[in-house]
Amino acid sequence: MPRQPLALKTLTNAFLVFWLLAAVFPFAWTVWGSFKVEADFFSRQSWWYAIEGIRTTQQTGGAFTLDGYRGAWILNEFWKPVINTLIVTISVTFISLLVGTLGGYALARSNRRYAFWILIAALVFRAMPPITLVSGYLLPFFQLNIWGFLPTTIIVLVAINQPFTLWMLHSFFLSIPKDLDESALVDGCTRFQAFRMVIIPVMWPGVITTGLFSFLLGYNDFAVTSMLLRQENQTMIPKIASFLGSIQSEGNVMYAVAAVVSATVPLFVLVLFFQRQIVSGLTAGAVKG
Amino acid sequence: MTIKLTRAFAAGAVSVAALLAGGGAALADCGIQGAASVRILSNDFEALRLVNSTAAECASATVTVTSNATAEHKNIQVPALTANPAEYTVAMVANNSIVPLLNAGLIRPLDDLVAKYGASLQPNQLIKIDGKVMAIAFMGNGQHLFYRKDILAAAGLDVPTSYEDVLADAQIIQDKGLMQYPLAASDKPGWDLAAEFVNMYLGTGADFFVPGSAELAIDNENGMKVLATMRAMTKFMNPDYLTYDANELNKVWDAGSVALMNQWGSLAGAAIDPKTANPDVAANTGFAAAPTIGGGTIPAAALWWDGFSIAKNISDEDAAASFQAMVHAISPDMVKAHPDVATWLVAGYSPGPAAVGVIANATEGAQAYPMQPYMGLLHTALSTGLADFIAGKEDAEQALKDVKASYDASAKEAGFLN
Amino acid sequence: MPHRTFFTFIFPSILAMVLFITLPIISVAVQSMYIEHPAILTTVESCGPFGCSKQSKVDVAAMAKLKAEEPMGQFAGLSNYLNHNHLALNDLREIFSQNNSFSGIVSALMNLPFYRALAFTLTYCFVVTPLAMMLGFAIALAVNTMPKILKGPAIFVSILPMIITPLVGSLILAWMFNPAGIFGATLQWLANDPGLSLRASPVLTWIVVLVYGVWTNGPFSFVIFYAGLQTVPQDTVESARIDGASRWQITRFVIIPHLVPLATFVALVQLMDNFRVFEPIVGFSAQANATSLSWLVFNDLVSSDNPQFGSAGATSVITIIGVLILLSPVLLRTWRDFNRKVV
Repeated sequence: MPRQPLALKTLTNAFLVFWLLAAVFPFAWTVWGSFKVEADFFSRQSWWYAIEGIRTTQQTGGAFTLDGYRGAWILNEFWKPVINTLIVTISVTFISLLVGTLGGYALARSNRRYAFWILIAALVFRAMPPITLVSGYLLPFFQLNIWGFLPTTIIVLVAINQPFTLWMLHSFFLSIPKDLDESALVDGCTRFQAFRMVIIPVMWPGVITTGLFSFLLGYNDFAVTSMLLRQENQTMIPKIASFLGSIQSEGNVMYAVAAVVSATVPLFVLVLFFQRQIVSGLTAGAVKG
Repeated sequence: MTIKLTRAFAAGAVSVAALLAGGGAALADCGIQGAASVRILSNDFEALRLVNSTAAECASATVTVTSNATAEHKNIQVPALTANPAEYTVAMVANNSIVPLLNAGLIRPLDDLVAKYGASLQPNQLIKIDGKVMAIAFMGNGQHLFYRKDILAAAGLDVPTSYEDVLADAQIIQDKGLMQYPLAASDKPGWDLAAEFVNMYLGTGADFFVPGSAELAIDNENGMKVLATMRAMTKFMNPDYLTYDANELNKVWDAGSVALMNQWGSLAGAAIDPKTANPDVAANTGFAAAPTIGGGTIPAAALWWDGFSIAKNISDEDAAASFQAMVHAISPDMVKAHPDVATWLVAGYSPGPAAVGVIANATEGAQAYPMQPYMGLLHTALSTGLADFIAGKEDAEQALKDVKASYDASAKEAGFLN
Repeated sequence: MPHRTFFTFIFPSILAMVLFITLPIISVAVQSMYIEHPAILTTVESCGPFGCSKQSKVDVAAMAKLKAEEPMGQFAGLSNYLNHNHLALNDLREIFSQNNSFSGIVSALMNLPFYRALAFTLTYCFVVTPLAMMLGFAIALAVNTMPKILKGPAIFVSILPMIITPLVGSLILAWMFNPAGIFGATLQWLANDPGLSLRASPVLTWIVVLVYGVWTNGPFSFVIFYAGLQTVPQDTVESARIDGASRWQITRFVIIPHLVPLATFVALVQLMDNFRVFEPIVGFSAQANATSLSWLVFNDLVSSDNPQFGSAGATSVITIIGVLILLSPVLLRTWRDFNRKVV
């Protein structure tokens, strides 16, 4: 590309600066505020309290405090939900991809009508508000005595996530030339061998992108995990929600803020680590929506 | 054999957990005999967590005690107790959340257990329905008046005892330039807004329903009076009042921008907490009974209790053990050790400064939140039906009509109306 | 692909979806056609810490007998769908017979809980989806021109709005828009109006929630469009430039057509997700002025003292039908593409 004209370049850069600020500012503000007390960060008098930390100084003797983090991690043992979340998200991502790759591959390589209808049905399934689904699970799960355990929740999340996974992976496999595996079939491979030898080596970018979205779904889920897990299996987001308090009881919002900041750190690392794959994965897949 | 071992191991694990939770407190002798399992489901706030961890002291080599404190308890309890055996042996409930359990017949009468193990309970702790004890209450709550002593003094006013006074006082405070928006209420459409209406309507002494039926009866001069008062108060509120819920009220109170408001007793402690509250405001915060309305004689606020009930679909041994563990959990000793956590209804409780308002409500004869089987449906109908009215977008007649239409539709679905 | 192989490959997916989505949807749909048995009530005395009163009570034993005979309840056809809390057929009839003016009809419709929620849901859907896609596209184009070393951090910052838990993200943003918050106060200062509150006026509340929607949905489009940009065939771009095409013409006639299939995918997912908008309403405490279909479901199930499954089920089924109608153009397109593939 030749160099941009100056006017366009200025405009582009101005837009970029504006957007990046808009994207990062609320988070930066939250990180800053997580070291204040609630009366400062959520001040009713003026947002200037959050900058100067007037009430923080009054209450703790310094302009910054670790009370939020202490409350979340030590008093409320936030590491327990963190471990549960790790188990849930990693399992959900892994199982979703395992099941989804096989299904997505089949959908992409079949040209029968029912393949289309399966895709459409999957889409319709996705439209159901999850709260309604979860309310319906409760009684059967209690009767079967499988309520409250991590594996149940993992399978439910995999199932709820399956329509999106199937769609994305199906689009991705469409972009891998058919000739590739078809020639393997001609050479005498079975379908599964063709899949294993030919497709698996070239599918990683698409799988990683889809995996990221599955990961985010498991990580950020509230509707399913809050209703299907018992206390000792609780994951991060319901725990954070419980910090916010309920109608008749005061919560501790600063614990929630500190917990959110800590919860975002691993995501940073994850995104930085997989950034290149995500982009190249989408490059290869999903183009044929 | 393996099963027994696993059980013993589980019991051991839990008793260790109980030791840790109780801050090293010795295992208590709760008098439970034989093997049993106690499983508690409760809402998630400090007082209930305290009760849960005290119950956990009853764990022994043969008795396991587990608990699940979650904000989703209302959604979980019915399916959890429907299963046989029930997932939980104890469900912590309040006036409103006991109703679905009663409607579905999922909790057992406790009379024999009270007779056997309930020596430390007071008669007024027993929730009796049709003569049978269905739950044991251990703490009370309710919305009552918070007032600013300094502002009232500067305006030359006494603590208001009726909503008519509240409105007149707000006018004076505003006129004297002491405060721009002297009033606040939890008017956010949803559960909060509906609770405001229920409080005031209870103060009129009128019935919500035609006695003996599910027919709605709020469409009368009392309903109109309540709505008119609610609307009149919004004139003295911050224009953001539609976004205020109970938690938010405490924040604006702490910021010193409100002089009079009706707020939960369970949040009173936080408003005067020397560690976190704004010292200038906290020093001048007073609590009193909720105001009366329209010449009524009782505080216009619902009284709430929190208590426990025992599941029906469990063995009698588990039920007895659960009852004993809970009686231990709400024992006078526990209350003596933690007097400031809640307004306890237990013998030997000496109320602290934060409990003044709830007790004043109770002594002045405020009504309990109704336990009618269809009250929850009305609450939900109010939560959306009053939104336009409180925002000033429709009149009171239309609002009551909307609430009735919405309630009738859901009462028909639930089989209460034909 | 032979049927057998196809079904072997897709079996686990289908099994999971049938068990946990299809069957529950069917059961919800069937249940929504029933109402409870008529309650058998008795009046009893109930006593508690605050005195005694006469209250109604459901006669559980008598009800159990009814339930044993007809476990589903009474069949009610579509009445749950047509009652006041949902499609409100009777109210509609009344409104259209009594009002002549358009504005009268609109304001009467907005007084019905379902239509009020539908109005905001559709507005959100049709404002946020295109704007977020345009925003995402613009960011993708801009980031693509950045020097390589800055791209990584820029991508990372750009997807931040998507990865912060909506539960807390919207809460914190709502606080910033509070009159005492940093944005709220700045806006008051800019407008020179100390009484200005974004949370008090219905119009401003809608705008704030919509802006939040664009902010939080933009990154999803960005990620996908940015990836799509990497696949734009460079030789086509090059030859277009040699033919004298301007930068704008290249964007318009080479890049955008290349991205259209991607845009379809994004539109599909985003329309559907935006139709289920829920978190921003709770996060911004906007219930007074903006409700959505998902919020109605939430209000029936989660915030209610007495969960109303029938009503929530009916709203959920209507949501599914709404999504189907909304997506029908995209679905038709997919159908045509698919048939082309078959031929």
